[in-house]
Amino acid sequence: MTQVLLETDGLTVRFGGHVAVDAVSCAFHASELTAIVGPNGAGKTTYFNLISGQIPVSAGSVSLMGDDITRLSVSERCKRGLGRAFQLTNLFPGLSVLENVRLAIQAHRGSKASLLTLADSHHAVTVEAMSVLERVRLDTLRDQAVSELSHGNQRKLEVAMLIAIDPKVYMFDEPTAGMSVDEAPVVLDLIAELKAERDRTILLVEHKMDVIRTLADRIIVLHNGALVADGDPAEVMASDVVQDAYMGKELADV
Amino acid sequence: MLKTLLSNDTPRSKILTIVVLVIFLGLALAPFLFPGVRSLDTAARIAIFIVLAASYDLLLGYTGVVSFAHTMFFGMGAYGVGLASLHMGRGFHSIIIGSLAGAALAAAFAFLIALFSLRVRAIFFAMITLAVASAVAVLVSQLSWLTGGEDGFTFKIPRELGPANRMGEFLGVKINGKLLNYYLIFTCSLLLFLLMLRVVNSPFGRVLQAIRENDFRAEAIGYRVVWYRTVATCLSAATAALAGSLFALWLRYVGPDTTLSFTIMLDLLLMVVIGGMGTIWGAAVGATLLVLAQTYLQDLMGSAATATEFLPLLSRLLDPDRWLLWLGVLFILSVYFFPTGIVGRLRGSK
Repeated sequence: MTQVLLETDGLTVRFGGHVAVDAVSCAFHASELTAIVGPNGAGKTTYFNLISGQIPVSAGSVSLMGDDITRLSVSERCKRGLGRAFQLTNLFPGLSVLENVRLAIQAHRGSKASLLTLADSHHAVTVEAMSVLERVRLDTLRDQAVSELSHGNQRKLEVAMLIAIDPKVYMFDEPTAGMSVDEAPVVLDLIAELKAERDRTILLVEHKMDVIRTLADRIIVLHNGALVADGDPAEVMASDVVQDAYMGKELADV
Repeated sequence: MLKTLLSNDTPRSKILTIVVLVIFLGLALAPFLFPGVRSLDTAARIAIFIVLAASYDLLLGYTGVVSFAHTMFFGMGAYGVGLASLHMGRGFHSIIIGSLAGAALAAAFAFLIALFSLRVRAIFFAMITLAVASAVAVLVSQLSWLTGGEDGFTFKIPRELGPANRMGEFLGVKINGKLLNYYLIFTCSLLLFLLMLRVVNSPFGRVLQAIRENDFRAEAIGYRVVWYRTVATCLSAATAALAGSLFALWLRYVGPDTTLSFTIMLDLLLMVVIGGMGTIWGAAVGATLLVLAQTYLQDLMGSAATATEFLPLLSRLLDPDRWLLWLGVLFILSVYFFPTGIVGRLRGSK
C-alpha cells in the first residue's frame, strides 16, 4: 500500500441537532485520485470544510502525513501542504491575474514578510507565477483584473492558485462547475496531469459521471453525512446502496 | 532612481503627475513662493497631514480596516515630543526621545487593540477604537497636572529652530530657525511618505491588499490574516505618531484640540476618501485639498460675499460663517462624481 497522506477518523460535525458529517473515517493515499460523490446536501462540501479547517469539528480528527491537524488554523494547514480550490469562485477580484498567483506562491516563500523590498523585484516569484499561468493558458491575460475575467477563466485561475501553492493534498470542489464544454477539458487535463506527475493525493467533489469515470481511481459516496460506499469506481457505481442514495434522490428531485 | 524612490508606483496619469509635482514643488519652495507666516504654516500642515492621511490609508484603503483611533496615535506622538521637551529640557535629544517614545506607545496600544478585536468582525474593531480613543481623550483632558488639560501646554524647541536664530537672507527671504524647522518637517514628511509608498508596494503590502479583497481566501492560501492586520495597524499607528511629533514640533504647543479632537478624525476620513482610498497618492492630493479648503475657503467666501452684496440671498449664503456648509457640499459632490476618489478617477481615465 502506498503512503497515507490524509486521513479522517470519525470526523463529525453537528449544527444544532443536525448531523451534517457523521463519523466519516477514510484514508487518502499518494498518487490516488478520489472522487467524492453524493446527492446535494450529502455533506461533501462540509466534509471539505472540516478537512481544510473552515469550520471546527464536533468530534473525530484529521491528520496530514501522520500529524494531527484537527486544531490548526486554516493558514497553518495550508503551509503544511493542504491546498483547496473552492466551489464558488473565491479569488482577489480587484487584483490582476498575475498578482493572484504571485500571492499564492509568495505565501510559501520567505519574502512574504518583507516590508521594504518591492514586490515586483522578486523575479523568481514572477517567473514561477508565469509558468503556472502558462499551464492553465491564462498567461496572455496576466494584467487583467480578475473581476473582468470570464467565469471559465476564473475557474482556471482557481486551479492555478492551487498549483501555485504546490500542496501535498489537492482538494477540488466541482472544478468545472459552470464552465463551457470547450473550456472544461483544459481544467480536467490539468487535473489528470497533476495526478500523473506528482506524488500527491487528489480529492475531487464532482457530479459529472463522465469526469469521474475518466479520472477517478476510487469513489467514496456520502449520504446524509455518512460514508455509505468506498471502492473501485465501476463497482461502487453499480452497487445498490449508491443507486438508492444517489439516483433515488435525483429521481425524487424530478 | 526616481522610480525606485517612488517604489515603481508612479502616479500613472498625466494630470495626476502634474498635480503631484505642483504639490511637491509648492511645499519644497513654499517659503520662497508664498512668503508670509500664514502660508508657511499652511504648507507645514499640508506636509504633516499628507503623512497622517497616508498612514490612515494604509489601514483603511489597503487593509480594509476602519479605525477611529488614528488621532489618538497622532496625539501620542505630539504629547511625546511636548512632554519630553518640557521635562527633559529643550534640545534635539528631547525631540528624538519624545518621538520614539510616542511612536512606541502608539504601536503598543495598536497591538493591544488589534489583538483583542481584529479576530472578530471588522465593525467590532471600529467600535473598540472609537471607545479607546474617547477614553484617552477624556483622560488627557482630566490629567491636567501632566497634560495641561483642555488648554494643553506650550514648550520650547531647540534655539536653532526658533525665529530668533537669524542666518541672513536669500532671494529676499529671511533665513531663520523657523525656516530651518519647516525644512526639517518637510524632509521628515517626505521620507515618511516615501516609506509608506514602499510598504504598500512590498510583498507585505500585496498581502494586505489580498486581505482587503478576500480575507477568507488569503487565509486559505496560507496567510495568517490576523497577524498581517495587526502588523499593519501597528505600523500605521507608529507613523501617525511620528506625524504628530512633527506637528507638535511645528506648533511648539500640544493640546486636545490640535491633536486629539474627533474633528481631525473626520477630516482625515475625508482626506482619504476624497483623494482616493487604496492609493497613497490619493492621501497626498486629499490632504492638500482639504487643508487648503479649511484655510482659504473662508477668505474666498468673504470676498465672494462682498462681491455679491447687492444680491440678498446669495451673499448670505456666501457668508464666511457658512464655510462648513460649502465644504459639505464639496464633499458630497466629490463622492458622487468620484466614487473612487480623485486619484482613482484620474488613473482610471488616463
